[in-house]
Amino acid sequence: MEFGFKLSPSSAIELDKIDLSLYEKVCEIEPTAKTCISCGSCSATCTASEYSGMSVRKMLLDLQRGRHAEVERILSHCMLCGKCTMVCPRGINTRRVILTVSRYYDNVEAGL
Amino acid sequence: MTERLVTGFHPFVIPFVAGMFFVLGYCLYGIIRILVELPRADRQKFLLSLITPKTVWKNIKDIFLNCLIHVKLWKRNKVLGFMHSSIAFGWFMLIVLGHIEVMLFLPERTRFFYYPIFFNFFVAEGENTIQGAVLFFLMDLFLLVILCGITLAVIKRFRSLLFGMRRTTKPSFLDRIGLYALWLIFPLRLLSESFTAHISGGSFLTIPMNWLFRQFLGNDLNFLPTWWAYSIVLSIFLFVLPFTRYMHIPAEMMLIPLRNAGLKIKHPRKGFARVQFYSCPGCGVCIDACPMSVRKENQKDCTVYLNRQLRRNNESRIEEISDKCLMCGKCTTVCQVQVDGPHIRQAQRALRSYSINPHYTQVSVDEHLSKIGKGKVLYFAGCMTHLTPGIKKAVGEVLDRAGVSWTMMDPDGGLCCGRPMLLAGRKEPARAMMRINKEIILASGCDILLLSCPICYRVFKENYNLPGITVMHHSVFFNELIKANLLKVDKDAEMKLAYHDPCELGRGCGIYDQPRELVSAAGTLVEAAQNREASICCGGSLGSLSLSYEKRRDITLNSIKNLKAGNPDAIVTACPLCQTTFKNYSDIPVLDISQVILKENKKG
Repeated sequence: MEFGFKLSPSSAIELDKIDLSLYEKVCEIEPTAKTCISCGSCSATCTASEYSGMSVRKMLLDLQRGRHAEVERILSHCMLCGKCTMVCPRGINTRRVILTVSRYYDNVEAGL
Repeated sequence: MTERLVTGFHPFVIPFVAGMFFVLGYCLYGIIRILVELPRADRQKFLLSLITPKTVWKNIKDIFLNCLIHVKLWKRNKVLGFMHSSIAFGWFMLIVLGHIEVMLFLPERTRFFYYPIFFNFFVAEGENTIQGAVLFFLMDLFLLVILCGITLAVIKRFRSLLFGMRRTTKPSFLDRIGLYALWLIFPLRLLSESFTAHISGGSFLTIPMNWLFRQFLGNDLNFLPTWWAYSIVLSIFLFVLPFTRYMHIPAEMMLIPLRNAGLKIKHPRKGFARVQFYSCPGCGVCIDACPMSVRKENQKDCTVYLNRQLRRNNESRIEEISDKCLMCGKCTTVCQVQVDGPHIRQAQRALRSYSINPHYTQVSVDEHLSKIGKGKVLYFAGCMTHLTPGIKKAVGEVLDRAGVSWTMMDPDGGLCCGRPMLLAGRKEPARAMMRINKEIILASGCDILLLSCPICYRVFKENYNLPGITVMHHSVFFNELIKANLLKVDKDAEMKLAYHDPCELGRGCGIYDQPRELVSAAGTLVEAAQNREASICCGGSLGSLSLSYEKRRDITLNSIKNLKAGNPDAIVTACPLCQTTFKNYSDIPVLDISQVILKENKKG
């Protein structure tokens, strides 16, 4: 029966069980990734967000929560235009973060 | 002229002959390897160019002017030009004259290819020496020319600043061996020819020296050891040549025909790229040119060191250097051999495989087209201009005032042009974006595609194939509007403006004059200390994948300092990325070229 609403599936994350190896790899290669304050400047300027809701802020948070499928979904729309890097108040080299995640993604088990 | 030795042979020639065979064998192996490595289509293109008279003539001309005379170096630095051309051209002439001597006097010995080199050892002066006087004179003259060049080279090694080079490369161990051998070759030749001059004859240099030595030596015991030393030093030079920077001598002769054939770098180690990095003379001109070298720690990231690491197959350093580069292209412009460092790096980046590959299937072309109005000029602002709305607004206003029928391609933001993705070496996603953009542009029915961002301009010009559509940068288009009297700009001569050449527009697309004309129409143009091909990257480049934004600060400050050489009231640039980068650190206003002319534009 359709009630016009639905229950969201549980999105609880067990922080003890998630795989953070990819996030650690990113921080090792581009240490500035750790300094993200989730201000959302990158999301606001993103060229690709128009089409896909792409956001580096979201991607970094998902990475820290082990939600790798979501990371893949977000990054598969990136155009690498570099606007996020230019507006970042913390000077994070977001393009390097994106390229590093895209490159080493295979090393982690996809999914939650 | 008679032969002194009946056999025409002496054991001292053995080291030289061995070295010569080694180098020739190595070069032959190199040529075959390169031809095999070239992609099939490129190989055919190259071989075809070798039988096309036009390219053959161009090859000969370029090899003569660049490899022997070093014309490009003369234009840059006269002393360095003289030093290199005296050694290269002088040595070439010694070899040619040596052959002429053998052909004239001992034609039966032309098959001994060591004869022209050691001619003076094997001959004795006879009745008809007078015929050889001109040749002997020329031989001494060119030897003197080379010795002048060698003297300059020795001075340069210890005092490079005298030659206008602030930083030079540190030679490797084998480079040093080759270098010292090269320094010794010609003084030893002078000595050995002097010692034999009373037998073989000589000219203004060798005969007086022979006389001088005979005053206190009095016997001929020195002459054989000197000829041996000459041959051994030559042999050392020839044996180390393939493993030192002197490999550029044969490699450049291969590079010029390959470049004239119109080949592009497809693989960072194979084929064309291999010729490129073997052609690097290791002079280090690119160190001073590289914008990154304002930071001492980045001095080893410029093209000369990339070439060195490529020869050594040092994978980790190759990756690091390739990712760091800003791709401004200045190293290629200043390079005598024009080693294409940025494209080697781009090819290196393209070798990498990624597990996440972007696709843009969610983009709807129809939706984009529905937002585009009608107009002859289609203005694509691009990502960077959307981030600097001042430029977008100014361009629109200028177009309106000039009465141009125009419309915007991306009023609410569009796709990226693909150049940043291409620079990162990711060809497939870049092509996907380009396909969509191309479809939108062709369907819009425009005549002119206008761009206010040089990054977009370059990719639309180089990589998009847009039949029937003229791709124009706004600085060029506005200049044409002024010339056609559609746009009036009021000149404020009091206003001193310094123009910054964006890398992609200047070195990338060769547009230097039109923006300057525009700036001059609005104010007084003052040039930066280093301008045009030598302009310094703003530091904001999307070319670099790994250089941190903290480190780019020094590059930007250095570039601003360079621009402020003429005490301008404002810095003008034609790139939104340069403007954004400069604005962060500049204490004088930084304007886009569209904003400058708008400010001065008379209404009505």
